[in-house]
Amino acid sequence: MSGYPGYDPKSGIEKWLDARLPIVRLGYDTFIFPTPRNLNYWWTFGGILAVILMSQIITGIILAMHYVPHVDLAFDSVQHIKRDVNFGWMLQPMHAVGASMMFLAVYIHMFRGIYYGSYKSPREVLWIVGVVIYLLMMATGFMGYVLPWGQMSFWGATVITNLFSAFPLVGESITQWLWGGFAVDDPTLNRFFSLHFVLPFAILGLVILHVWALHVPGNNNPTGVSVKNVDKDTLPFHPYYTVKDGFAIVVFLMVFAAFIFFMPDALNHPDNYIRANPLVTPAHIVPEWYYLPFYAMLRAVPNKLGGVITMFGAIAVLFVLPWLDTSKVRSMRYRPLAKLFFIIFVLACIGLGWAGAKSPTDLVFVTGTDAATGAPTGLSFLWFARILTLYYYVFFVIILPVLGLVEKPKDRPESIEKSVLNTTHEEA
Amino acid sequence: MRLSKLTATIFATAALGLTAGSAIASEGPELKHVEFSFEGPFGTYDKAAAQRGFQVYQESCSNCHSMSLVAIRSLGEPGGPFYDEEHPNANDNPVIKAIAAMFTVTDGPDSEGDMFERTAKPFDHFPSPFPNEQAARASNGGALPPDFSVLVSAREHGPQYIYSILTSYEDEAPEGVELRDGMNYNPAFKGGQIGMPPPLFEDLVEYSDGTKASVEQMAHDVVTFMAWASDPKMEERKRMGWMVMIYLFIFALLMYGSYKAVWRDVEH
Repeated sequence: MSGYPGYDPKSGIEKWLDARLPIVRLGYDTFIFPTPRNLNYWWTFGGILAVILMSQIITGIILAMHYVPHVDLAFDSVQHIKRDVNFGWMLQPMHAVGASMMFLAVYIHMFRGIYYGSYKSPREVLWIVGVVIYLLMMATGFMGYVLPWGQMSFWGATVITNLFSAFPLVGESITQWLWGGFAVDDPTLNRFFSLHFVLPFAILGLVILHVWALHVPGNNNPTGVSVKNVDKDTLPFHPYYTVKDGFAIVVFLMVFAAFIFFMPDALNHPDNYIRANPLVTPAHIVPEWYYLPFYAMLRAVPNKLGGVITMFGAIAVLFVLPWLDTSKVRSMRYRPLAKLFFIIFVLACIGLGWAGAKSPTDLVFVTGTDAATGAPTGLSFLWFARILTLYYYVFFVIILPVLGLVEKPKDRPESIEKSVLNTTHEEA
Repeated sequence: MRLSKLTATIFATAALGLTAGSAIASEGPELKHVEFSFEGPFGTYDKAAAQRGFQVYQESCSNCHSMSLVAIRSLGEPGGPFYDEEHPNANDNPVIKAIAAMFTVTDGPDSEGDMFERTAKPFDHFPSPFPNEQAARASNGGALPPDFSVLVSAREHGPQYIYSILTSYEDEAPEGVELRDGMNYNPAFKGGQIGMPPPLFEDLVEYSDGTKASVEQMAHDVVTFMAWASDPKMEERKRMGWMVMIYLFIFALLMYGSYKAVWRDVEH
């Protein structure tokens, strides 16, 4: 999307360079980009994610200078970093908490995309690139959690790699190929370190594609109405959104810093301070909080292969979301029914996370006691997770396709400018 | 700790809806609630308590428990129990030198190819009481005394948990509880049966500062010491944390002001 006068090289050297390598033009066009004037704070998470990604890469490169990927030394080397490396006590939690912050921001970013229909034509590729980034983040985060070689690292790696053994015929071969042996061991740790180091650069490359794919159709906006008049509907990204994103980034950094400096282990599991021991299984193997909803789905299905398919399918369904949603109206602001189902969807995802942290036999609420044993009865987390998993799929596969055909959307504003002038301070 | 826990809880329930930690919090025996100087966003290690705790560790715990990730010098580094401003380099601190001199470590090989014993230096780590896990188990009825280096971090509510273990031993198991051979009854331990015999008893150590060495006092002191060993940079971390928070707060105000200024003529 264009509309503003482009880069105008003034001096001789600028003209000379522009004719040979228009890199200044690239930067200019990227930042002086027409952006809808009505973006709310939910739109700041893209910028927040870019900042955390850079933070992760920088802290990660420094940590890799001191970390030792060996089963006998990995655990000690992390302690060496926290005790003896200059500012290691800060870099290590920055990186570990940074992973949680990145997932927190990406989940908000994705929910925002779903609510405002940012995946719909003409932004399908933008959305799909985003889902690939998310998938790579999951893989990178998982392998990073293995590196400190604590008990949760080891047993998490064992559980997750074992998932691949569910596939008939080839399952066992795949698992051993992933391990580089017959169990999670030194070869596994080494390859996880190698991949954990390289994948973030693949993510960075995809982020560039993501921004490129954004700059073809331009930003969606809270009304979902396309830009009609560049002068009236948009503002240049810089300075309007650099300053707004900048403010949001600093506020987000305060949350980030509160974790790093005052509760660096709040999102970690105490068992990961115990050296990995293949002979001792922890009482509860729990993944990092950002995988818990998928963990709940995995355990919701009694059949192992079925569970694995259900879990991976939950991400696969996101790839086809642009074609599942039949409504032409982008923003759920004007879709009262879709809005209701969306809120339930968000609650279902949080509920799945809750179920993932609990033992399946625990009860969500108690309704009575068993007559024979006197044990309390009620809704178990297993069935809670089953109901929510079902809703997760129904939302994408049934509700969104059908709703687009039957729902009567509210009137939408004629243009972004009109929406701004009529309802000046409407909240998202 | 309470404020940070509260913030964590609010943040977790509002934004994440859950934390992995909260899932386990409700399990296991009930812990005694004791307060420690290092809790909360302003908490620091009580130096005198940590020094007394080191004495308890040194005279009693270290007979079975290793602390292999901790260097002797770190006792005298900033935030450590024996830090002395006159000796910012812990290797020059006479107290640290004297502590190091109490230990013997194996070094080598020398030019003849032989290993030899020498007096420890501040840069050495605390020597372990047993050469390997098998030897440790063999001397402790099959149970492995855990390493102290990060033990406080490795347990849910670590300080309260370890304090409760140390102070909850009972001479007689209640009726109906069959103690296995060599086990001791301790209701704070999961299952109630623990391999470690009661490690603390009245006047086990003689504190040089005149503090009465009750079981509770020694437990409180040694937990303070162990908390320091698990997280020796905590004071530096919190101190910088406050500077970072103040910096970011001012930065946020400036950004908000800039935002208002840039957008002042734009309806949005």
